[in-house]
Amino acid sequence: MTVIYLDNNATTKVDPAVIDAMLPYLSEYYGNPSSMHTFGGQVGKAIRDARSHLAQLLNAEESEIIFTSCGTESNNTAIRTALAAQPDRRHIITTQVEHPCVLNVCKQFEKQGYTVTYLSVDRQGQIDLLELEAAITGNTALVTTMYANNETGVVFPIEQIGAIAKAAGAIFHVDAVQVAGKLPLSMKDSTIDLLTISGHKLHAPKGIGVLYVRRGFRFRAFLLGGHQERGRRAGTENVPGIIGLGKAAEIANFELKYMHRETRLRDRLEQGLLSRIADCEINGHPTQRLPNTTNIGFKYIEGEAILFSLNQYGICASSGSACTSGSLEPSHVLRAMGLPYTILHGSIRFSLSRFTTEAEVDRVLEVMPGIVNRLRELSPFTSDAAGWLQERDMTIAGAAT
Amino acid sequence: MWDYTEKVLDLFYNPKNQGAIAADNESGIAVVFGEVGSIACGDALRLHLKIEIAQDKILDARFQTFGCTSAIASSSALTELIKGLTLDEALKITNREIADYLGGLPEAKMHCSVMGQEALEAAIYKYRGIEVEHHEEEEGALVCRCFGISEPKIRRVIIENDLTTVEQVSNYIKAGGGCGSCLAGIEDLIQAIQAEKAATSARVNAELAIVLDDRPLTTLQKINLIQQVLTEEVRPVLLADGGDVELYDVKDDVVQVILKGACGSCSSSTTTLKIAIESRLKERVLPSLVVEAV
Repeated sequence: MTVIYLDNNATTKVDPAVIDAMLPYLSEYYGNPSSMHTFGGQVGKAIRDARSHLAQLLNAEESEIIFTSCGTESNNTAIRTALAAQPDRRHIITTQVEHPCVLNVCKQFEKQGYTVTYLSVDRQGQIDLLELEAAITGNTALVTTMYANNETGVVFPIEQIGAIAKAAGAIFHVDAVQVAGKLPLSMKDSTIDLLTISGHKLHAPKGIGVLYVRRGFRFRAFLLGGHQERGRRAGTENVPGIIGLGKAAEIANFELKYMHRETRLRDRLEQGLLSRIADCEINGHPTQRLPNTTNIGFKYIEGEAILFSLNQYGICASSGSACTSGSLEPSHVLRAMGLPYTILHGSIRFSLSRFTTEAEVDRVLEVMPGIVNRLRELSPFTSDAAGWLQERDMTIAGAAT
Repeated sequence: MWDYTEKVLDLFYNPKNQGAIAADNESGIAVVFGEVGSIACGDALRLHLKIEIAQDKILDARFQTFGCTSAIASSSALTELIKGLTLDEALKITNREIADYLGGLPEAKMHCSVMGQEALEAAIYKYRGIEVEHHEEEEGALVCRCFGISEPKIRRVIIENDLTTVEQVSNYIKAGGGCGSCLAGIEDLIQAIQAEKAATSARVNAELAIVLDDRPLTTLQKINLIQQVLTEEVRPVLLADGGDVELYDVKDDVVQVILKGACGSCSSSTTTLKIAIESRLKERVLPSLVVEAV
């Protein structure tokens, strides 16, 4: 069965050109870039080229790029180094809708005596800058927030957040894992001190990430050991990964100007679903969103059942329902938005890439109404003759933390 | 991706007995439904039964389910299992049988089978006019407030499925899967049930031994057994702590022992007597035994 892959916010297909670029570094060019011989030295040169492509993607200096193993490592390092750089400040500000690799680190620091403010989001998944202004103090060491949300695609007003952080003397870290390659990024004249990228979200392989560190930042390495990455991230480099990410960054930089194609396909999918299927709605801000992401809540049915039905047609998507996660609670992001339960459990995320075709989108539009109808016919809530949907079921009991 | 059996997927993609049963006032026939879960919890089942009143028998069963793949498959499996059964026979269906019919469920999805069993019970109780206990009003009886789960329900699932961890309880009925404030309470319940089970098992074993033998233990048998348990099971533990015990005499059900070494001068020797020695002898020999130090 042909796979229709619409789960690109989870991971992306490695671009064939990226694989071609990597292959020699998995075979003939296996030297250690730290070695003193020419054989290793040529690998070191390739890493420099890759770093240059990352710097171009971020409009940053090459010296500001640190290669890490993944987005999680970059986010962990950023938070830890930011707090170490301002040890006399003991307050962190983040949001309720961050990735667990930020939320869980913050929770750990809470146990170590830090106070953490988790900014709320509104029904459209957007934060309130007034809430940030009210929360920030001279004791705030770090403001750490995602650039765009992985589940809804909602884009936060990053430079405005940064301006508030800088005015209070706080360090500003941005998790841009979902943004790199989808929106233009420029670190020049930005308020961002630290920024995270993950390779496998932009058609590079898994196991490679980047942490941007503004020049002059008092960086404290998380991984200690050798002198790699100028002592800022020890460990022999993941050379094929770095080469692959370099190539992916080069391609992403070029492809940014064609992002309107993804947006057009996303909108075609979104509008097609909304017009063909009753009782569904977009979760997230209508315009302040990534060009590739749509999250739609289908009332009265459950997300995992939708995913397994799509899976029958080879269609890959994602859901924020509890049943897909092994957890008993649905997505913390959708809960924080205060979605009613009728929508919360039946939300599906479709995330496109530059490899998505019109025919694939049309196939989803073809099968999705049937899937939703079938599951609604099974559901007791669709025609709630017995009045089972009580008032208490319709609204969320309390916002998530 | 969940590792579902072929049967689960088959009943999800091609469910049997979906829908409602209309009450058409047919003579000698009753139509009733029972429901569990809610849209807030993420899964809900409304089970419809068509009952032949004279025979007390389920003629037809249908379901309406809001939930995941395994919830829909479990509901469909349940309807297949109960069609043709009398109500009393149906009430004996356990969630384990529903899961077994499906060739098993991932442990994190076992609550789907529990939901099936509860909907069945709700429907039959409703038909019989039996009031189902609601514990929401009773402070303390409700253990998990996030999912509204009472102590009797948790007890039942622990006992019926032989659960030993809090995580399992969450997988089976969701209790403890929300804010987590009831986790300690669930753990206490598990321990209490295990202790009850151990005591019951010992009592039953002892009673069985007597019944099977058809005669009470003779004094000689009793002393021999006591000596054996003390030597093989009690002394090694005491010796490890620098103590020891010796059997002094047995008078009816009173076992007299001499505590030696560290046990002789230990301030918690009463505890040693009651927990380490008496409870072990009650469990292994006779529940009526009482241990005294001389």
